[in-house]
Amino acid sequence: MTLYVGKREALEDAFIGRDDEMPRGKPRSVTRDAMRRLRANKAAMAALFVFAFIVLAAIFGPYLIPYDYETPDWNAFTAPPSIESGHYFGTDQNGRDLLARTLYGTRVSLLVALIATAVSVFVGVLYGAVSGFAGGRIDAAMMRFVDVMYALPYILFVILLMVMFGRNVFLLFAAIGLLEWLTMARIVRGQTLSLKEKEFVEAARAAGVSSFPIILRHIVPNLVGPVVIYASLTIPEIVITESFLSYLGFGVQEPLTSLGTLISEGTDAIGAADWLLFFPGGVLVTMLLALAFIGDGLRDAFDPKDR
Amino acid sequence: MAETLLSVEHLSTVFSLRGRSLFAPNVELKAVSDVSFSLEKGETLGIVGESGCGKSTLGRSILRLIEPTEGRVVWQGKSLTDLSAGEMRKARRDLSIIFQDPVASLDPRMNVGQIIAEPLKVAEPSLSRKERRERVEKVMEEVGLAPEMINRYPHEFSGGQAQRIGIARAIVTEPKLIVCDEPVSALDVSIQAQIVNLLKALKQRMGLTLIFISHDLSVVRLVSDRILVLYLGRVVEIGPRRDVFANPGHPYTKALLAAAPIPDPKIARQREKTPLRGDPPSPIDPPSGCAFRTRCPIARDVCAEERPPLAEVGAGHHAACLFWEEVRADPAIAG
Amino acid sequence: MVMATRMDTQALLALSDYTIRFTTPDGTVKAVNGLDLTVEPGETVAVVGESGSGKSQTFNGVFGLLAGNAETSGEALFEGRDLLKLSPRELDKVRGADMAMVFQDPMTALNPAMKIKHQLAETLKVHKGLKRREAEAQALAMLKTVGIPEAERRIEQYPHQLSGGMRQRVVIAMALLCRPKLIVADEPTTALDVTIQAQILDLFRDLTADAGTALVLITHDLGVVAGIADKVVVMYAGRIVEEAGVDALFARPAMPYTAALIRSIPRVDRDAEAVEPIGGRPPDLIHPPSGCPFHPRCRFAEDKCRRERPPLAEIEPGRRAACWFPFIDATSATGEAIRSSETLDG
Repeated sequence: MTLYVGKREALEDAFIGRDDEMPRGKPRSVTRDAMRRLRANKAAMAALFVFAFIVLAAIFGPYLIPYDYETPDWNAFTAPPSIESGHYFGTDQNGRDLLARTLYGTRVSLLVALIATAVSVFVGVLYGAVSGFAGGRIDAAMMRFVDVMYALPYILFVILLMVMFGRNVFLLFAAIGLLEWLTMARIVRGQTLSLKEKEFVEAARAAGVSSFPIILRHIVPNLVGPVVIYASLTIPEIVITESFLSYLGFGVQEPLTSLGTLISEGTDAIGAADWLLFFPGGVLVTMLLALAFIGDGLRDAFDPKDR
Repeated sequence: MAETLLSVEHLSTVFSLRGRSLFAPNVELKAVSDVSFSLEKGETLGIVGESGCGKSTLGRSILRLIEPTEGRVVWQGKSLTDLSAGEMRKARRDLSIIFQDPVASLDPRMNVGQIIAEPLKVAEPSLSRKERRERVEKVMEEVGLAPEMINRYPHEFSGGQAQRIGIARAIVTEPKLIVCDEPVSALDVSIQAQIVNLLKALKQRMGLTLIFISHDLSVVRLVSDRILVLYLGRVVEIGPRRDVFANPGHPYTKALLAAAPIPDPKIARQREKTPLRGDPPSPIDPPSGCAFRTRCPIARDVCAEERPPLAEVGAGHHAACLFWEEVRADPAIAG
Repeated sequence: MVMATRMDTQALLALSDYTIRFTTPDGTVKAVNGLDLTVEPGETVAVVGESGSGKSQTFNGVFGLLAGNAETSGEALFEGRDLLKLSPRELDKVRGADMAMVFQDPMTALNPAMKIKHQLAETLKVHKGLKRREAEAQALAMLKTVGIPEAERRIEQYPHQLSGGMRQRVVIAMALLCRPKLIVADEPTTALDVTIQAQILDLFRDLTADAGTALVLITHDLGVVAGIADKVVVMYAGRIVEEAGVDALFARPAMPYTAALIRSIPRVDRDAEAVEPIGGRPPDLIHPPSGCPFHPRCRFAEDKCRRERPPLAEIEPGRRAACWFPFIDATSATGEAIRSSETLDG
């Protein structure tokens, strides 16, 4: 029974064994795996290129064309698109170049969406993770607050904010971001509830790591998948919200413009100058479609089981 | 004289479950009831029982990963249960745990190096990055992994390798006590033996004390010096390994032994059918008296009336059965 | 390649040159390779192997349950009909009626939103064309047969209201309803406690003895098969490496892998300081080793083992092994080595 006391060497070598067969290839983190799957998704990659093109055009386009977005061309009022005049998208009733205005409008819309999404991700993830991880009464109180916020009528809230922030568009959309985080917080809280029961979180607690570092090091990184997916769905939502508010006259004010404002103006000119609706509308639809495909691709990439 | 490292005194852990409807009162589930035992340095205590018997809760209550409701856990003379959260975090470097599911216990977003280094960061924050890496590589060697794996991610490994990573994390702070919660039950039999042998070798090398929780009696027999049998959260038998296996004092232990498969067709065919019928009763509403009486082959009327105390049935061997003499007189199944 | 004499006219299930390949982005997984295996009526066959040995895939293929990227070739004759050539509709008729499968996780086989009664009765209505009342009566009788206490109450419940062991009994009852000739149980007790495992194994033993049903028990644990199997088939890297009657296999394993498997099981009836593990781990099925697939982990491997793959050959009547140096008689050198290491046990 004590046969191996005198043979410890044998016990160590043959009986413990080593299990050091290296996995093949390069180290594959979860994110790297997801990116590999995303690259294999042709629709998502094409959409990514289209979206990247729109973003680059919105950033650099205005510097490359001879017209700017607010100076009227006295030779061309309500001019249809033409190659000779250099007004590729035509001009509006005030003689302003539509291409320049569309590029500028896209830039404003994207910026607004980016700010609002960033705010909603930051607040939503932190709020949701803390609420889910704390659990119990704290969780209940934090989630009831979210419910109350949900119950506020959206438009009423926006009008209130308008009164508070006046005409500052970017502050207004930061505030819209503060509304968007509600759904993000709920999603994150749900994920956190299941994550905190995982053994690796227990292992961290057993090692003496305190709560906030656990949230930052173990919970938040594991939320990347759902957060990225939801954020990619939030961007188009905010672009639409912005368009809607601008359409109602709450959003961006002249001479500054956005896709929503342009479309609103375009609808007034339907029949007389169709291009005023067609071009900004086309850009908006293309952008939303591209974002939808990217969001879809990301979901498949981060959640391969769901396919 | 060996020193007593850990003593658990009348430990109980009660969970409060929400009632079935909104207005129904909360229900109490006594997962661990009045458990006492002590552990000497260098000893391995095997805790066995069916699922739901509270063995995992007991292990976690000792480490205060679940707060016990009553009783004390005395660790090297100090009462763990009275420590503040900060003091407890400091004490954790001496106390470690290994989990059942090797893959779920590793954070999928961290690489092996980060996983193993985490307890070290808490226990010895003064270490430089380089020193920490050296320590991590050293324990990887120790558990039979190649140090080159340090940049790899958990999902790239097999179950056996993942469990070795979990063990490396558990020993990196050079703890004194490790609670092993079903460390091999998720693995193939052929890999189980590697991990069990590794744990035994580490124990010898580092002078560890182990609490080994498992539902598999054959693995427990292989690693333990003493055995503790739990039934519905209560200790029904505790004693030295050889005595418990050769001549159990509780009919439940006996039934567990009879149910464990034996890899020998001749013996296996001769064995009688398992005397145990059905599942253990619900811990929310345990039977009166002896909790095992509803499944016990030798239960009598008195068993329903009072809970049998732990009686000394041999040297350091206790069993909670009124008729332990009868149980021990009957020839044991496993010799 | 086929060495053992097959009696196709009598065998209930006969696999020959049965092969399964999976196409994955990383390469082709050679999951099952040219398998020859027969199951006789009423026989209990244990199929044993580590994870990734192809033991489960083999029978998932027989039941037509493989993933979309799988490709099957060879023959799988059930009572003389090739299951691989049946249309999905014809296969559905055989499945459930003449052969049934029991999985490790009973919840995969049960619909969580349906009462036990309806799930069981449905099988009978579909396969036997019984009326509801009669189907439910038979279902109740079957629940009693598999030893479910208070069957009248349980049959009105939903799966989540039952314990794990009870659910597995329900699944077994479901498999037995149409009196199949073959039951394939894939790790039916792995998720259960030892005490429940013993009850389920007792149940299987009684059922096969009473009804003459053939049982294929797929498991990674040789320990559980000792008391129940007639014949044991050991699989490794998608191939059969040894096949023998249960007594002969445990008493005199012919192939080093089988011997190592037996020695790696800790025993509840003996004191031991250590058990001998099998070093390394199962091979990569995309890039399997040359020669004998077990040679990288085999301590008796010689040059020949590394170069050529040993065929599955009959080494004594009724026994097959795929090894260049099988331990047939106790006097062979390797046999001595194997036996001498048995001193490890106390």
